[in-house]
Amino acid sequence: MNTTITEAVIAADPKLPIIHITRDFAATPEQLFRAHTDPEIFARWIGPDRLGTRIDYWDARSGGSWRFVSTSDGQEHGFHGCFHEVSKDRLVQTFTYEGYPDGVALETLRFEDLGDGRTRLHASSLTDSFEGRDAWLASGMEVGVNQGYAKLDGLLADGAV
Amino acid sequence: MVTDTLSRVFAALADPTRRDIVARLAVGDATVNQLAAPYDMSLQAIYKHLRVLEEAGLVSRPLGRQPRPVRLEAGVFDLMEEWIERYRRQAEERYRRLDAVLAEMRSEENPEETEK
Repeated sequence: MNTTITEAVIAADPKLPIIHITRDFAATPEQLFRAHTDPEIFARWIGPDRLGTRIDYWDARSGGSWRFVSTSDGQEHGFHGCFHEVSKDRLVQTFTYEGYPDGVALETLRFEDLGDGRTRLHASSLTDSFEGRDAWLASGMEVGVNQGYAKLDGLLADGAV
Repeated sequence: MVTDTLSRVFAALADPTRRDIVARLAVGDATVNQLAAPYDMSLQAIYKHLRVLEEAGLVSRPLGRQPRPVRLEAGVFDLMEEWIERYRRQAEERYRRLDAVLAEMRSEENPEETEK
């Protein structure tokens, strides 16, 4: 209960195509809520590149919808979904990566107040099938790998490596 | 290449009977008859499930001993773990960016407080 989860902990359920992530933040639940619902703040961290996120539309109310585009290496990756439930300690939304437009995940984010300005994020993503989870994660992996190379390029250019 | 293997693994594990078979093989090798015993389905149907698991590289049926036992291939799970770990690292990178943004938000809200 009092241990701090400073690094993301992940659990993939073997019986359901669901992934759970748990992570602690030095922030209040209210700040973490804003970081997920205020489009300007969201665009600052969702990445992969700091400057590469463009919010297309964003209506963070129960029943609202959202779309953003990530740009990396001149390639655009679109993501969209609906805000199913927006409340102070719980966000429920759908998530589609447009590279796999038939796939949709149901994401639930819970903000657990740990006191002393710390909050534990409980995130779970339920995809519509094991194949869907596979395709979805594999696509994310590709983006991540490209991003890794781009960062390495940057370090090499700076003479840091 | 890795993705193809994983697609087959996840497709194979999408079925509850096949997941059950995998769970039982995790305890130890078993013959097809032993595997089939608890299910209300034909031996033919069990063979079909085993073929899917075999094609995904999840199980093998080594030659030699008769009847041939079905064996779990643990290596495939290492691949899955590696893949999940990569995903975890990606999430962690994202959350480190969020850490930085939250720190900025704190200093914006309390400009008097010194932030690291």
